[in-house]
Amino acid sequence: MQSLLDKIAAGQLWSFPGGIHPPTRKAALSKKGIDSLPLPDRLYLPLRQHIGVAGSCLVQKGDHVMKGQPLTQIDSSMSVPVHAPTSGLILAVQEHTSPHPSALPELSIVLEPDGLDEWRERSPLTPAEWTPASLLERIQQAGIAGMGGAGFPTSLKSAVQQPVEFLIINGVECEPYISADDALMQEQAETIVQGIEILQHILAPKAVLIAIEDDKPQAIQAMQHAIGGRDNWFLRVVPTKYPSGGEKQLIQLLTGQEVPNGRRPIDIGCMMFNVGTCFAIAQAVLDDIPLIARVVTCAGDTLQQPRNLWVPLGTPVSDLLHFCGFQPERKQRVIMGGPMMGFALPDLSAPVIKTSNCILAPSRNELPAAGEEMACIRCTACAEACPASLLPQQLLWFSKAKDSEKLDEYNLADCIECGACAYVCPSEIPLVQYYRVAKAEIREQQREALKAEQAKARFEARKIRLETEKLERQRRNEQLAAERAAKQGQTDDQAVTAALARAKAQQASPEPQAEPATTAAPAKTTQAASQDPRKAAIAAALARAKAKKQTDATAETVASSDSNETAAPAQDPRKAAIAAAVARAQAKKQADTAADTTDSDSNEQVETPAVVEDPRKAAIAAAVARAKAKKQTEAAADTAASDSNEQAETPAAAEDPRKAAIAAAIARAKAKKRKETDPQ
Amino acid sequence: MITTALLILGALALVFGAILGYAAIRFRVESDPLVEQIDDLLPQTQCGQCGYPGCRPYAEAIANGDDINKCPPGGEATVRKLADLMGVEAKPLHEEAQNAVKKVAFIREDECIGCTKCIQACPVDAIVGATRQMHTVIADECTGCDLCVEPCPVDCIDMIPLPETPERWKWDFNSIPVRMIEAD
Repeated sequence: MQSLLDKIAAGQLWSFPGGIHPPTRKAALSKKGIDSLPLPDRLYLPLRQHIGVAGSCLVQKGDHVMKGQPLTQIDSSMSVPVHAPTSGLILAVQEHTSPHPSALPELSIVLEPDGLDEWRERSPLTPAEWTPASLLERIQQAGIAGMGGAGFPTSLKSAVQQPVEFLIINGVECEPYISADDALMQEQAETIVQGIEILQHILAPKAVLIAIEDDKPQAIQAMQHAIGGRDNWFLRVVPTKYPSGGEKQLIQLLTGQEVPNGRRPIDIGCMMFNVGTCFAIAQAVLDDIPLIARVVTCAGDTLQQPRNLWVPLGTPVSDLLHFCGFQPERKQRVIMGGPMMGFALPDLSAPVIKTSNCILAPSRNELPAAGEEMACIRCTACAEACPASLLPQQLLWFSKAKDSEKLDEYNLADCIECGACAYVCPSEIPLVQYYRVAKAEIREQQREALKAEQAKARFEARKIRLETEKLERQRRNEQLAAERAAKQGQTDDQAVTAALARAKAQQASPEPQAEPATTAAPAKTTQAASQDPRKAAIAAALARAKAKKQTDATAETVASSDSNETAAPAQDPRKAAIAAAVARAQAKKQADTAADTTDSDSNEQVETPAVVEDPRKAAIAAAVARAKAKKQTEAAADTAASDSNEQAETPAAAEDPRKAAIAAAIARAKAKKRKETDPQ
Repeated sequence: MITTALLILGALALVFGAILGYAAIRFRVESDPLVEQIDDLLPQTQCGQCGYPGCRPYAEAIANGDDINKCPPGGEATVRKLADLMGVEAKPLHEEAQNAVKKVAFIREDECIGCTKCIQACPVDAIVGATRQMHTVIADECTGCDLCVEPCPVDCIDMIPLPETPERWKWDFNSIPVRMIEAD
């Protein structure tokens, strides 16, 4: 039994189902060479010109760049950089019409050529430096993405682990009008072969298959000449049929193998590159010329000089058309890509990018606009034409019904959007457009589903976080409550002793003391303390004990909370002192006005009775004190990390008359301490 | 005679009862799988526009017989899927829920006072910021649920329609090659 390689070597060709034979209309262009387009006034370089992600922009407005200088930086394997096609000035990095059927603006670099065309320094790789890794890196740095139309990063495609049996070079170019690859093969066959050799070096395939359609005799001749007698290189001339140039179709045509549903060609040992990509690889490796220009076919009856042109990437389509003598008709259509798979450009300022192989400006007679869509008559012409053996009618129904499940069942994903079905449809149903809409819809649904999944995950994570936070808070509160209860028990005893002490002291020295009511409270207490050493000594001892206890108690809670809160216990005694002073002053004022006591000689009598006799007023005063203390705390400790904590602490100083009394005691103690330290 | 029959039947009833009871415990289904299925269909924006605090509670409510047309972010497609799953008639969405455009929250950052209220309202933690620091929305994570708009004391949050990008763009069937170009 012959192996597949033997069969291929023997010249066997297979076939793929379906396909159509539209008029090729290539003859006029294929015999002319490739001209160069003069540098346009402005170049618009979208940051992303391939399938994948854009690199990050390296330049800004006002920068001067050299020819071939990278303008974006790659940050993942899915991105390739964009280079300056010529030297010049960066005018802006702004949104510009994209070469996309939507013409939505995309971030682009606007370059004004300076006309000097100065190169950056170039460093070609010598064959001695060729390793798969260095070559792949060079290919990526040169910004090479598949030039056949899809624009998949070439370095990523080539960096496979699986063994490659057949390296297939696609020079088929089956779509009508387009002859860019044909012209390139005629002129640059040697360089293309060098590019294939580089790929061979990276991939080490068993055989190299180069496929060219039989309507390109000159290209076949040139390539045959360039290949010479290389071992296991086979030039395959394939019959003209659309869409032989499709990746899966060409693999089937050359090897008889079908790429399974949902798999890639590499899974059956095949790897395919466009001839344009091979040329770009050779240039990048041998001359260090990144991908900055490409061959574009400009065709159509409204162009006086249709031709193939070397076009710097970023050239607006309008410049291209102008150069070819564009004489637009009324309601002129301009198509980017071929007549089968291309799309009408809504805006001619869109630039040429790495994947643009053709600009078509047909006259109305040449390529009539689509007629009115009629009902499907179930003729099955589309099913016969479909190169992927799908059922276009069924897909049409399901697309119209937006039934994504059924579409999946009927393998819409395998549709290559070649347009053969729409071409043969006698009812002029634009089938392929329906599929494009449906595919976009499915992609959107998948994106939504993914997003919903992420949102759900985040929501769940948040729920868990809130739950743990709640538990934490609860635990802390319980702890605090327990401490407060313990403190409460102690302070009760203290209050009693303090009151007793005060009463005793008063009895011992009932010296009257005249003081105006407006004098500041701390000053008063200082005097009172100095005149009453015994009383003050007791109060001070109590205050010290209390302050210490408070610090101890808070220290525990602080350990579990923020460092910000550590400031609170340190400020606590002072805060309490202020609060107490205010409380006292107000209680006194109120007592003065309400009770209308003419006897205001003893301030001690004013203070203590106010607390004992008039608990209501004292409570009000305490509340005011609390509010003020809180305000002060907030002002002092700028970071109000947890209000609850502070609220728990401040009221401790002045929650009820008893506490106010304690606070007063502390204040007195403080005053005394100050007095004691002053003389020293 | 009749007693024997009764006894036999009674014994059978007891045996089967025991088997069923055992099976009910042994093969118990932990959670209602219907709720899971409904939850999978819901868009997981956690917006609460259905009147329930999140998508899962609404899924539970649907499983218990609530209306299936209370989910504006899901739109008609979700209603249709829910109708399929539940075997009920697809109802139109509530009036205000129709024609919902995908939106994303945007904080006018120079007006933000850093109150963290929107952060607490966000069901998917898509807002970052700290007390007295400017907040901002992580646009990619925002589900467009509107929940942060209401709590903002200075009204600095806008819901802006999601911009169309070439990736998100759907071939607008009616606009394919129809629009013509006036050449220069």
